Amino acid sequence: MSGARIEVIERNCKGCSICVEFCPKNVLEMDVFLVTAPRPEDCIKCMQCELLCPDFAIKVHDE
Amino acid sequence: MAYDYESSIRPGKLPHIWCPGCGHGIVMKGLIRAMDTCELDRKNTAIVSGIGCASRLPGYLDACTLHTAHGRAAAFATGVKMAKPGMNVICVGGDGDGTAIGGNHFIHACRRNIDLTYVIMNNYIYGMTGGQFSPCTPTGMLASTTPYGNPDPVFDISKLAIGAGATFVARTTAMHPRQIDKLITQGIKHKGMAIIEVLDDCPTSYGRRNKFRSVIDMMKRLKDNAVPVKAAAKMTPEQLEGKFLTGVLYHDTELPEYCEQYEALTKKAQNA
Repeated sequence: MSGARIEVIERNCKGCSICVEFCPKNVLEMDVFLVTAPRPEDCIKCMQCELLCPDFAIKVHDE
Repeated sequence: MAYDYESSIRPGKLPHIWCPGCGHGIVMKGLIRAMDTCELDRKNTAIVSGIGCASRLPGYLDACTLHTAHGRAAAFATGVKMAKPGMNVICVGGDGDGTAIGGNHFIHACRRNIDLTYVIMNNYIYGMTGGQFSPCTPTGMLASTTPYGNPDPVFDISKLAIGAGATFVARTTAMHPRQIDKLITQGIKHKGMAIIEVLDDCPTSYGRRNKFRSVIDMMKRLKDNAVPVKAAAKMTPEQLEGKFLTGVLYHDTELPEYCEQYEALTKKAQNA
């Protein structure tokens, strides 16, 4: 397991922070009103962030 | 790995209009996944809605969509289904739209057991029009029209649907995204009226007035109070106080479907 590539579509993100709160491995972080993924190597691809993002703003790519 | 939602959404429609943290987007994703699982031809799928935040949903989806009068989603959908029985018809709407303003249409669509799938997003309030209380606002909670607390008892949408005669009734929450698409898939495949109640959050109109300090508080409330039907069977009424059941609450495959009944009646009248 070597993590994943996490894509944040900044145009869509409204900064609700649901993905940051429910990420089990603390991969994501808020940068004021925008989500960032500073620790993609810890990602276990549970897809919670992608499933729970109401704004179609986060995608977990398998690579 | 990453799910392709964009091919189901009309180009240039994102970002959508819903507030930050609103669960309607999660339900929309679930609906897209369910439609993909059922391999619905978008040209043969009608998505019908009334008025409200949740009813904005069809505007984003690349399918045959119908945005109708307030509360009349079930009525228009019944018309679409009767005119074209081969079409897959999905209704979407909120709790106020479905059970207050459109309450009459809702119960009669359930009574007829016509082959519709109705996804009700219950966010406990009229969000779009300014936070007035709806039949689903819990007793004692604040809304813009109940500044001293809501005095009214609450509608249980799922029980209402079962009582009115719907043959597939399920409940889930926005915090259970996998369950949303699973239940909507079952609802689409079910022949007859399928009601899927999705408990949702409204951080702007409901949460702000009711001491939910953030979207996360509302989401955690949904997550912590959801009890699966199987687990609830082993719990006492005291343990179930304040909780809500999730999963398939009622499923009846025996009752006849309305369009088939109507077609049989038409044939009988023609041969008479």
